[in-house]
Order: sequence, then C-alpha cells, then structure tokens
Amino acid sequence: MFGKLTLEALNHEMSQNLAVISMVLGGIAMIALITYLKRWKWLWKEWLTTVDPKRIGIMYIIVSLIMFMKGFADALMMRLQQALSVGASHGFINANHFQEVVSAHGTTMIFFVAMGVMFGLLNLIIPLQIGARDVAFPFLNALGFWLFTAGGMLTLVSLVVGSFSATGWLAYPPLSELEYSPNEGVDYWIWLVQIAGVGSTMSGINFFVTILKMRCYGMSLMKMPIFTWSALCAMVLVIFAFPILTATLALLALDRYMGMHFFTASHGGNPMMYINLIWAWGHPEVYILMLPAFGTFSEVVPTFSEKRLFGYTSMVWALIVITVLSFVVWLHHFFTMGASPNVNAFFAIMTMLIAIPTGVKIFNWLFTKFRGKVHFDTPMLWFFAFVLNFTIGGMTGILLSAPPVDFQVHNSLFLIAHFHGMVIGGVLFGFFCAFTYWFPKFTGFMLNERLNRYAFWCWFGGFLLAFMPLYMLGFMGATRRLDHYDASTGWQPLFIVVGVGAIIIMIGASLQVIGLFTSFLDRKNNRDGTGDPWNGRTLEWSIPSPPPFYNFAIVPTVDQLDPLWAKKRGKEPPQKDYEDIYMPKNTPVGFLIGMLCIVFGFAMTWHIFWLALICIVAIIACLIARLSGEDEHDIFKAAEIKAMDEALRKGHKRV
Amino acid sequence: MRIRKKPVARVLIISACILLFILLMQPLQVIKFRRYIDILFPAGIIGIKELDMLLIIQGLMLIIVLPVYLFTFLFSWWYRSDNKKAIYEPDLVDNRLAEYFWWGIPLVMTLIVAVFTWYKTHELDPYKPIESDKKAMTIQVVALQWKWLFIYPEENIASLNFFQFPKDVPLHFEITSDAPMNSFWIPQLGGQIYAMPGMKTELYLMANKEGDYKGSSANISGEGFAGMNFIAKATTEEEFNKWVELVKQSPNDLDRSSYKKLLVPSSYNALELYKLADSTLFEYTIMKYMHPQKE
Repeated sequence: MFGKLTLEALNHEMSQNLAVISMVLGGIAMIALITYLKRWKWLWKEWLTTVDPKRIGIMYIIVSLIMFMKGFADALMMRLQQALSVGASHGFINANHFQEVVSAHGTTMIFFVAMGVMFGLLNLIIPLQIGARDVAFPFLNALGFWLFTAGGMLTLVSLVVGSFSATGWLAYPPLSELEYSPNEGVDYWIWLVQIAGVGSTMSGINFFVTILKMRCYGMSLMKMPIFTWSALCAMVLVIFAFPILTATLALLALDRYMGMHFFTASHGGNPMMYINLIWAWGHPEVYILMLPAFGTFSEVVPTFSEKRLFGYTSMVWALIVITVLSFVVWLHHFFTMGASPNVNAFFAIMTMLIAIPTGVKIFNWLFTKFRGKVHFDTPMLWFFAFVLNFTIGGMTGILLSAPPVDFQVHNSLFLIAHFHGMVIGGVLFGFFCAFTYWFPKFTGFMLNERLNRYAFWCWFGGFLLAFMPLYMLGFMGATRRLDHYDASTGWQPLFIVVGVGAIIIMIGASLQVIGLFTSFLDRKNNRDGTGDPWNGRTLEWSIPSPPPFYNFAIVPTVDQLDPLWAKKRGKEPPQKDYEDIYMPKNTPVGFLIGMLCIVFGFAMTWHIFWLALICIVAIIACLIARLSGEDEHDIFKAAEIKAMDEALRKGHKRV
Repeated sequence: MRIRKKPVARVLIISACILLFILLMQPLQVIKFRRYIDILFPAGIIGIKELDMLLIIQGLMLIIVLPVYLFTFLFSWWYRSDNKKAIYEPDLVDNRLAEYFWWGIPLVMTLIVAVFTWYKTHELDPYKPIESDKKAMTIQVVALQWKWLFIYPEENIASLNFFQFPKDVPLHFEITSDAPMNSFWIPQLGGQIYAMPGMKTELYLMANKEGDYKGSSANISGEGFAGMNFIAKATTEEEFNKWVELVKQSPNDLDRSSYKKLLVPSSYNALELYKLADSTLFEYTIMKYMHPQKE
C-alpha cells in the first residue's frame, strides 16, 4: 500500500530534527498569520492562480529566498563540521548525513535559488523591457513556475520524510545506482530535479518566443536592451540543454526502477556516459545563470554612468560567442577521466576561448564608465565587487582549464573556490545588483540604502574571507565533500577562517532581509513617485511603479536603443493611440498541476505506484480541461485604459 | 532627483584595504603552512612540471588582470559624478580601434596559452612514460570501499592503504576500482586520475626525494570516502628491496577469498601487507564487470 514508506523514514539525526521542527513551526506560523489576516481568498485570487508575469516573478523570488535559507543553512553546517571534525573528533553530524547536506546544498543553490532568481528576473523585466503587456504563453509560464516550486517543496519534504541523496549534487553513477545507493535519497533527487527541469524547459520556450515575437513597434533585434539579449541567449541554452538533463535523469531512473543498465558498472553499463551527458547539460547551465547577470550589469553600468553602453554590437556578439562555445567545453569537468591528450587539449583550448568574449565584456563595462558620470549607488557597488571577484575567478578558471594543472587541483577546494567565485561573485552579486536596481520598479518604494550598504560590505569581505583560503586549502591537498580529516594535514586553521567568513556572509544576508522589512515598513517615506528613480534608459522606467496590470497603456514605438534616454533628450518617435487590450484570465490549473507533481514525485520516490498513476491521470485531466477552455481573456476597452492611465499618471510626478 | 553625494573615496579605500588584506594573507599562508602545501612544494618531477605550468599561466593572466583592477579603481575615482574636472561625453558609444584592442589582446594571450597548453598537455599526459634510464615499476591500484589496495605484479606482493617504492624510479600505476568511481591522488608527486570500475586508467609518477607522501581519493564514493587515505613512501632502492623481502614473509596471502573479505565496506583502515597468491587478481577485478557471474 505505501511502497517502501515506513515510519522509520521519520527517524533522523538531532541536527536534522531541529531543522524539521523549525521548518514545520515556520509553516504553521505562516498559515496562522494568513488566517489571522483573513488573506486566504486574496492569496488564491491574486497570487496562486495568477498568470501575470510580474506576480509570477515576485513569487519566483520569494520561493528562491526560502530555498536560499535552506541552502545557506546547509553551507553553515558544512563549514561548522569541517572546522570541528579533525583527528579524534568527528564533528556533530555523521558522514552519511554530511554527504546529504553537501548534495542538498548544491542541488538547492543551483536548481532552486539561482534558477529561481533568474527566471524571476526574466518574468519581471523582459515584458517591460520589450514593451509587451504579457508573455507569449502566460499559462505555460505559470505552469513552469509551479513545477519549479513543486521541485523545491519536494526538497523540503525530503528533509522531513526519509533522506536526501548522498552522492553529490550531480549524482555520478555507479555511486547513484541501486547497488551503492539503495535507499530513497537518489530517487528524491531524480524526481525533484526532473520536475523542476521540465518546468525550466517550459519557461525557456516561453521566454524565447516572448522575446522573438512580442517586442514593441520598431524594436528590431539590434535595438533590444542588452539584458533582453542576454536572456535570449540564456533561453537558447535552456532549450538545448535541459532536454539533455531530462533524458539523462530518465535513463538513470530506468536503471533504478526497471533494472536497466545504462550507467551501471557491470552488465555493459557505462557510467562515463552519464558524466558526459550530465555535463553536456551542466556546462551550459553555468552560462544560463551567468548570462542574465552579465545582462544586468550591462544595464546598470550605463544607467549609473549616464552614458550609453560602450560597444553594444560587440557586447551582443560576445554573448552569442559565449552561447555557442558553452556547448563545446563540457569535458573540462573531467580531464582526469583518462581521455587522450588530443581530446583533453581540444576541450582545454575551447574553454580558454570563452575568456575572450568574457574579457571583452569586462573591458566594455569599464569603458562605459570612461568619460561618464559614475554614481556609486548600491547597484553600482555590486558591479564593482563583481569585477574584482570575477577576474580572480576567471583567472583561476583559466588555470583549471589547462589539463596538467587541472590534474593537480581537480575536485580539490581550489575548484570549489573557483566556481563559488563565479557563482557568488558573478551570478549572485549580479542578482543582488538587479534586485537593488529594479526593486523600486515593482514595489514603488526604495530599498533602505544604508542597510544595503552594510550588507554589501559583509558580503564583499565575508566572501573573500570564506573563499580565498580555499584556494590555499586546495593546494594543501584538501578535497571537496570531506566530513573529516586528519590533524596532520594542517588544514584546521584555514577551515576556521573560512567558517568565520561564512558567518560574516550570514550577517550580510540577515542585514539584507532586515533591510527589506524596514524598507517595507517605512514605505510611505521611501515612496518613489516618479517611476524612474535612477534616471533610467530603457522602457521599463517609462511607466509608473509599480506597473499597472497592463504594463503599457499604449504599446510604445521605438526607433533606437535606450528609448527612454532618447525621449529625455527630445528624440521620441510618434506614438500610437490607445486600443483595446486583451489580458489572460487567471487559472488554478498551473497551481493544481504543481501540487499534483509534488505528490507524484513523492509517490515515485517511495514506490507508491498507484498514487503516482492517479497523479498522472489527474494531471492529464487538468491539461485537457485547460486546453478545451474557450473564454480565456478579459477585454479592456480603449477608453477604460485611457481613464486608468490618466488617473495613474496624475498621481505621478514625472521628471 | 539623485543629487545626494556618494562617498566614492570611502568605498574605494575600504575595498582596496579588504582586498590588500586578503591578498597579503596568501603569501603569509604560504610561509606559515609551508610544509603542508603539497602542490606548491612538490617532490616529484610530474608535480614540479605541473606547478611550473600553473605559475606560468598565472603570470600571463596577471598581465590582463592587473590593468583591469587598475582601471576599475581609476575610472571609478576619476569619473565619479561630482568630479568637475572629468570630461563627460555621453555619446562616446563605440570606438573601432579600442574594440580591436580588447578582442585582440585576449585573443593573442589565449592563443599563446593555448599553444603552450597543447604542448604541455601532450608532454604531461598521465599515460606517457617518464623518461629515465631506470625501468619503470608497475603498481596496480584497486580502489575499494573505502581503502586502496596496491598490487606489485613483479614483486608478487600487495599492500593496503600504504605502498613503498624507490625514489628516482618511474612508477607506472594501473588503476581500477572495485567500488564507485574514485580519484587517485598523491598531491606532492603529481596529478590525479579517476579509478573506475570495469576500466583501467594509467598514471606515471616519480618521486625525486625520500619521504612519506599523503594520498587520498579526490572523488566522493560513498559514506566512508573521507577515510580513504594512504601513504606513499619513497625510499632508497636498498631499503625498498629490504621492504619487499619483509613483505614476502607476511603470513597474509592475497587471493580471491581474502580479496572478497576486503570488499566488505570499511573505512579508516590501517595498513596491511600481503603475499600475492593470485597474480591475475587485478585483471579479475576488471573483468568481473565485463562478465558478471552469479555468486
């Protein structure tokens, strides 16, 4: 009846029990708060069933924030364990649980934090930047979000019921095969990544089509804002890369569920094939996260330099070159597998070539500042820190890309320091930059500048302290994912320094959360009435903040890059007149399918096949119901829109 | 609306201080932890060559990174919005020559590094025998759950989590795994290579100094993998020969039945020494994945 599920699944180590209890209490508190405020109906009508990309974007970021707390708690546990577990002492968590924590940290941070914030940003910014009222496929977009959320929630479920995968975040076979990992951990991992991955493919298709088909009048490809360009390139990567992930995980699932032998060590299976396939997805994935961060900086630097982006065309080509090259470098993740020197050298050189367009981008950003008027607001601080960290990360990346050097530092903490330099110093700082930059657009008030600056300094210093010593630890022979090491290695002092760095980062992250709340409480005083607090250049700053549900009362006409900047200098092309607007109606189907997917993933993990079957039937029924619906749009008359728009603009002081 | 003055100088000075502090920590760490930093103080020819390559590429990269740092600080300072002396040119959006420069300079640098890498990758191919007037010694390595078995096919001995060898003699490792994938790594001697079930990888290393070198598995292979450490001991040829004779006296025979006992997962194992009773054991560990038998 219940497959492999028994009460034993609720039995955990002490540290995990504490996490479970605090999570459950948090959940109960949330439900109580919503009930007390009588907000259930509001939640359902305004948020859970919405297809508005602005709402979905905000929900993406909230879910990512929750997942970030989990992923960050994992990181702190790892660092604490590694500072303590030396020689005779074995720390406070056992080896198996430590490996679960390691795997959960990576999975959470990549799939549910970085991907979530990335798609959140795209949802918020892309329609506004291209002058669109909506995305191409609003329902697909909502469904993508709910699948992403379902995957994230399944991660949290795995914390309470049973155990997580203990095989590292990419679950290399044969370790992840039944022979060596017979319990439910890897199954949880397969299904939660699978569900989120399908969601990402859907969102990728949606934004690809949105950017290609929904741009406003006159916005040709080479007049697109550079953030939109970076998103377009990232979506091409999503569409090409994520199906590989889905197929690979499906094969691993067949191995584990049906006794097949794609990646097993024996019976003709080939684990090396899995490693190739997973990195054929995994390397583009890095750029899926990185490119939108590049795009953000390419928006922020011109705005805060009061100058157009230097070398727009070459920036676009740099993005395209990175997009293409990112598919021919995957082997650099395993030079140590014993391929011939010709193969290794080829992939090494392809990898090094990526440094060229990336370097071009850095130079173009720097020369955007050249003869500009540089304002050092918080978004610009993040850019500043990004350049400093990213160049160090890039430099060590080139070292890692040379096979003979890689043999010496592969899988060591040197590698960890490198890719955290890219993912934190690059992607995360990019997202923080985007967050502080676009926050007033979607809330109508400014963030608390002072607290954000303090948070910035904590992140900047904490990051360097937490990751620079890892380079040295790598040189000392410390490998990744170690729950224990010998005192004679001499690693402990540096591990303690690293732990202190992690705590400083935690203070920084807390300051950001506090800053968010104080800004919210103080929103009356921080109100931005202009809709354009930073003297912006692109279309999103031309409308009131927060944007009305229809985004643009009149779909704009543009004839050059940076249309708002052109308008400010009196070069605006003639605009169209008000027209009737069709907006999609809300639908609960996306939410329902997401919830069904949680149950489906849970049932598959525990081999409760009848329940999984019911879920599949229900999901198909939902889809049929949705696809046979006819009346899916609300119509707003031109006159109605005109009245709303004029009322809104009266309330706003234009600059 | 944004005329508030931003303390640019303060930002630049604080960040420069933090950076300098962290960067200065690096050489201090090297001095303080000198004897632990295996990779920067290698004891074998492969490790030395790999370190040379690391340092050369690092030096070339600094040629690009240092100007980037310099310009980042310089432009942030000089073009700050309240600097009346700085030129403001909002329509300076492109410059062909400049673009040629920063597509060109990284291109040239990358090509230099690429040619260098191509050459070095072939020179330091782990499968390539080390040139020496002495004959290479073969050691077969089997990664088990969670310990390392070393088999000397020529000397007919074997050892667990420890192996001894003469210095200045090239070592030819044949590596496999009878467990999930591991990575065989002795940082002070040189780079690592994966140990995979059903497959044989090869690695050539050589020690130029006597000493005990720490080795480990660099790839996660299950619960006990943190305890997969071993010692590689380099001695003089005479001492090594004495050690071989000693091991041959060992009461422990390594054959298939005692090997099967080793397959039981265990971690943090102490060293063991064996007489090799089954000379086909290494081939057997690989071939059993090709023709799995019901046991």
